[in-house]
Amino acid sequence: MTATVPAPPAETPPGVLGRADVGRDDRSLRRFLHGLPPVDEAGLERRSAWLAGRRVAASAERQVLDLAVSMVDLTTLEGADTPGRVRALCAQAHRPEPTDPEVPQVAAVCVYPDLAAVAAEALRGSPVGIAAVATAFPSGRASLPVKLADTALALDGGATEIDMVIDRGAWLAGRYGQAHDEIVAVRALVDGRAHLKVILETGELPGYDDVRRAAWLALLAGADMVKTSTGKTSPAATLPVVQVLLQAVRDWYRTTGERRGVKAAGGIRHAQDAVRHLVAVHEVAGPAWLTPALFRFGASSLLDDLLRRRRTAR
Amino acid sequence: MNWDYGVAPGDAAVAKLKPAYSPFVDGRYVEGGDPLAVHNPTTGERHAEVAAACAADVEHAVGAARRAQVGWGTLPARRARLLFRLAQVVDDRRDELAALEALDAGRPVRRARDDLTAVAAHVRSCAGWADKLEFAGFGPAPRPVGVLGVLVAGALPAVARRVAPALACGNAVVLVPDPDAPLGALVLAEAAAEAGLPNGVLNVVPGGVLDVDVDAVAVTGPPAFCRAAARLVPGRAVARETTGGLAQIVHDDAPLDQAIDGIVEALGEDQRVLVAESVADELGELLRERLARLRVGDPLDHNTDLGPMSSVQRRDRAVALATAADDEGARRWTSPTRLPEHGWFLAPTVFIDVAPTMRVAREEIPGPLLPVLTFRTPAEAVTTAGAPRAAAVWTDKGSRALWTAQRLPAGIVWVNTVNRWEPAAPAAALSDHLVF
Repeated sequence: MTATVPAPPAETPPGVLGRADVGRDDRSLRRFLHGLPPVDEAGLERRSAWLAGRRVAASAERQVLDLAVSMVDLTTLEGADTPGRVRALCAQAHRPEPTDPEVPQVAAVCVYPDLAAVAAEALRGSPVGIAAVATAFPSGRASLPVKLADTALALDGGATEIDMVIDRGAWLAGRYGQAHDEIVAVRALVDGRAHLKVILETGELPGYDDVRRAAWLALLAGADMVKTSTGKTSPAATLPVVQVLLQAVRDWYRTTGERRGVKAAGGIRHAQDAVRHLVAVHEVAGPAWLTPALFRFGASSLLDDLLRRRRTAR
Repeated sequence: MNWDYGVAPGDAAVAKLKPAYSPFVDGRYVEGGDPLAVHNPTTGERHAEVAAACAADVEHAVGAARRAQVGWGTLPARRARLLFRLAQVVDDRRDELAALEALDAGRPVRRARDDLTAVAAHVRSCAGWADKLEFAGFGPAPRPVGVLGVLVAGALPAVARRVAPALACGNAVVLVPDPDAPLGALVLAEAAAEAGLPNGVLNVVPGGVLDVDVDAVAVTGPPAFCRAAARLVPGRAVARETTGGLAQIVHDDAPLDQAIDGIVEALGEDQRVLVAESVADELGELLRERLARLRVGDPLDHNTDLGPMSSVQRRDRAVALATAADDEGARRWTSPTRLPEHGWFLAPTVFIDVAPTMRVAREEIPGPLLPVLTFRTPAEAVTTAGAPRAAAVWTDKGSRALWTAQRLPAGIVWVNTVNRWEPAAPAAALSDHLVF
């Protein structure tokens, strides 16, 4: 410890902390991941409740609602998705409030990989990103070649962001190396072409300690963002889980000097929930994370509620 | 992005602050003597005055208590019923009392609300005992002591921990509240009257001197305060609960983020941090990052994490202690958080390289100063902690938590949490004589 105000960590080259520093097999990965500081459940939830009680003054509300809109990954992930539905979604993403040009565009649309091409066509010339879920979303239960082919389909369609799922079966069986290597393989495929988000599906992990470990595993393997859920299981993005992910990217930054992001997906439907999450981003990770590059909401109905609130906000 | 939440001030009118208060004796406010000024610590301005209880008022209060105690002590089922009702009144008036604590003692209003919920829970728990004491294992016929003098240097939760069990056991109480923040106790007495407690069962005499004929005395406060109070009533049974001395013991396997939460939650209390040397740097880094973002300001603002100190004297003592720590060679880090221009605020300040012999490691800490001491082994942690009033042990290892709890002579030991005053959990300093 020093006696003066701490300077920000010195910039170190990205990837300074990687698998080589941790180990190459399940056992050494396990030793590293289980050596991370534990999470106390009751305390974590207490802090979340405290953060949820913050009140944003009316004067600051519009600014924060606009920020939330700009962080939305507008999502449709249904078996019944059609090109027409995706095009309608893209139109809304590009111009969320046709009557008010001041409303920012959302960050991205999020679709299944076979519809990435439709979205790319509809959003040609727009800064809105095209995110595609891949790697046998949502279960992740397929062989690696299938997962890579799935990813390639999305990339060829024009996806600029890939949302992959980790292999929860491998994770729960203790095959950390396998879960890690799959992320590395996808990372290698998307490198230079798209942004990689890794879905931990926290609702299927046994506890907050596992959420922290899985987040570190994904960061080690090269995830640009760690994402809570597929939205297909419940509970999905809860404030305590998002807090653990924010702590992980904050600690990653302290260790490597490199900023990675967090995406809260699933279960966030109301503007008020979104604001609570932004308060957590602000206070747990820090103000530097309040940008669409480092924090996202994965949601389908949240945007409507944000716009509704925005109309009534001053 | 630079995001300021803006201010979300609570309504000061909720506190129903009156311009003048006086001793509450025998079920009503009496005239009292010379007015004492009561200041709002957020502005430093005088916001009310309280007529101090003179010798005649204290005598009046003790006399009223003695008369009331006869009936109060003999009807346990009625006591239980009325105390349950008092708990309900405290719950109903929670927002008012919380706002008053914020205005008068500088406690952030959200914390104050939690405090008041705990006060009501405590009264309720004691109420449940009132008619079952015979079966509690204290012998065939536990009897009340009679008239109990209570001196408390502290806020309402500390008052409730003293007063509620005393009332439940059938005693009548004459309470001398904290001179820095006497209003909460006065309104509590008002609430007791509203709940239907007989006149004279609970009397509050701000600034009173209890050198009269009470049957026993219970004191809560810093050690010096307790000693001084005991000297006032020679020959009486004195129950002391020394406050201060919260030891936060952070082991190397601690949930660090939650340990930081716990330290921040107890900020402003008399606490010391004892941390395993191997994680001291990381804890320090996280702590500084967190304290730099802490919101210090108006306690009525819902977004405030830390309010002002309750009196200018406390602030000055804290500043003097910090200066002494500098002189003795501790290194200081002060949070760059924005402080309000007026009022008795102090920025959270961390001291490292603190030796157990330094003043900041031994004396009562009146403000948001955080001395951090390091230890090498769990045994050394216990030795360095000495005899704290309370301790929080942060570790993932159950056996280590229990080992530490068994060896620490603290009134209460929390594991991976802090300041959870469960009414059913025993909490007493070892030196306590049980008088009720």
